[in-house]
Amino acid sequence: MNPPTPVSNDWAQNQHQNTLHLAYWTLAWLVTTATAAFGPRKIWDFATVPTMLAVAVNLGVGFGMIVAIRRHLQGLDELHRKIFLDATALSMSVGLVVGLAYELLEDIKLISHQPEISHVVMLMSVTFMVGMISGHRKYQ
Amino acid sequence: MKNRLKVLRAERDWTQAHLAAELQVSRQTVNAIEKGKFDPSLPLAFKAARLFNLTIEDIFEGGNQ
Repeated sequence: MNPPTPVSNDWAQNQHQNTLHLAYWTLAWLVTTATAAFGPRKIWDFATVPTMLAVAVNLGVGFGMIVAIRRHLQGLDELHRKIFLDATALSMSVGLVVGLAYELLEDIKLISHQPEISHVVMLMSVTFMVGMISGHRKYQ
Repeated sequence: MKNRLKVLRAERDWTQAHLAAELQVSRQTVNAIEKGKFDPSLPLAFKAARLFNLTIEDIFEGGNQ
């Protein structure tokens, strides 16, 4: 029998770091999105320069978040990458099908209010979380 | 896919966490492979084979034979 020898756990540390970076970028993107959405109305009264600046910063941070997601995905092991990709596929499929049907409801006069993209984003977020939880339960 | 990972690990008195660290994957992944719920990729199967000084066929058993 070979007693366990200490093994470097760089992989787990890198994964932890990648997850933290993704959390920071997501939080930053959320803050810049809120700034771009509410700043013009509540802070600088629709002045063009700060509005354009806020949108540019939001886009820049958004691309940073995309890079962080890519790094996070590449850092995952193959089982967790599969769970993540399965949840993403479910979320995108449901978002596409339900989002288009929801948009159609207003066109064909079944609902009176304008469909909001934020509702589709919320649905996709919930679907993604359900996909992640069911994926983790499946491979427990 | 059936495999002998659990037996090989037990022979060496290794924990799942130790094997996971050796293979650079999570403990959940080792557990899912041992239970046959998840089939590893070819690179991971080779890594396991090298770790135990065995061939892939000595560890993993194909389902359609």
